[in-house]
Amino acid sequence: MNIQILSVFDLILAGLLVLALGGVQLLLGLGLLRSLVWGSVRMVLQLLLVGLVLKSLFAVANLGWITLMASVMLLLAGYEVTARQKRPIKGWRGYGIGLASMGVTAAIITLFTLTVIIQPQPWYTPQYAIPLLGMILGNTMTGIGLALNHLTQTAWSSRNQIEARLLMGQTARTATRELRADALRAGLIPTLNMLAAAGLISLPGMMTGQILAGAPPMEAVRYQILIMLLITAATGFGSMLAVHLGSVRLFDARDRLRLDRLGS
Amino acid sequence: MQLTVQNVAGPHLPPVSFSLTSGDILTVRGASGVGKSQLLRALADLSEHTGVITLDGVAQSAIAPAEWRKRVVYVPAESGWWADTVAEHFTAIPPADWLARLSLAPELIEAPVERLSTGERQRLALLRALMLSPRVLLLDEPTANLDSRNTTAMAHLVADYVRAEGSAVVWVTHDATEGDRLGAHVLQMTPEGGQFS
Repeated sequence: MNIQILSVFDLILAGLLVLALGGVQLLLGLGLLRSLVWGSVRMVLQLLLVGLVLKSLFAVANLGWITLMASVMLLLAGYEVTARQKRPIKGWRGYGIGLASMGVTAAIITLFTLTVIIQPQPWYTPQYAIPLLGMILGNTMTGIGLALNHLTQTAWSSRNQIEARLLMGQTARTATRELRADALRAGLIPTLNMLAAAGLISLPGMMTGQILAGAPPMEAVRYQILIMLLITAATGFGSMLAVHLGSVRLFDARDRLRLDRLGS
Repeated sequence: MQLTVQNVAGPHLPPVSFSLTSGDILTVRGASGVGKSQLLRALADLSEHTGVITLDGVAQSAIAPAEWRKRVVYVPAESGWWADTVAEHFTAIPPADWLARLSLAPELIEAPVERLSTGERQRLALLRALMLSPRVLLLDEPTANLDSRNTTAMAHLVADYVRAEGSAVVWVTHDATEGDRLGAHVLQMTPEGGQFS
């Protein structure tokens, strides 16, 4: 089976659906028309741009350009993590913690997958490297963002309890044991949901894409299993690292709770 | 036991100096917002501060924070409860005698925290602090929600503990007479600070 080519007209038809949604919102006075249109236009431009970039990247298949693209993706993901925090850690450290946790885990897991598991020739073949990194980053970004958000927001709202524990002679680590475990759980919930829903409730996008492109279902399923395992490992390790670095930053060397280091 | 406090100051705390020895009770008085609670936070090393605090000649900064807070124990005005039952907040079960003196039923130790009244929390917070065998006890308005009988009972319990263990108390109060009957010293705090020697 060959994939059916989509014409611009086909996409306009789909766009009309979103416009219709916006129109209904407008009639009901919900006022989401602007956000819907703006979000859709932005998405179209972003994807067209990335399509062009990928086209040239695939053409040159040069390690330097691929590294540059990967770094840009990582920096943007780091920004997204901080941008979604209600009480982010102030200063460069807030950005640094998200970026470092995500960068270290995503890089290690992507490199491991390329060089040991999939082994394309050469190992940095962009058709593998870039989508792989993208899927891992997209998911760890969500997990790390949720975990950090839970950590800082809960620390903020349960200051009394945390300080009471410090006053009873507990170290900062002991006083935040439950908090850290809960933050990690918050970060992993989307991943756990994804694992539970896989195949039964949702047909994952990558697998669907491969099947549409003509791959035999069992081959596509194998790739999907690989991706899900990678995402789970990356999100778990990334969230753990972020929660660790974040909780260290919540206290100073004298184990004082430093909520002044959080923004609002 | 010897606690010395030299020029301890912070963002919301004017410079304070005093020293205490075994058996001393020091009441800290002053207008609301002058920094009385901030002083106790500094003494427990819970807030950033300057100046020198030593316990038996050893500087606060030379002792691990958790160890310091077990020796210089702070009971804030609003006690924090982090677990479900009262017992989980205690390092050891308090003697029945202490519970009785503060009119607390022994069953309260096993009760869920959410069932406690404000006054019960306040009295239990004092007891859980005493179970750490503090060398210095820092109390912030400990009798604010208590009736006169429990107020007296708490004052006597604290005074007895201090005498028996040779420790000392820093007692923040807005009541001009609280502590008088216990023979307490008075540190009057003003926006310029406070001294007592």
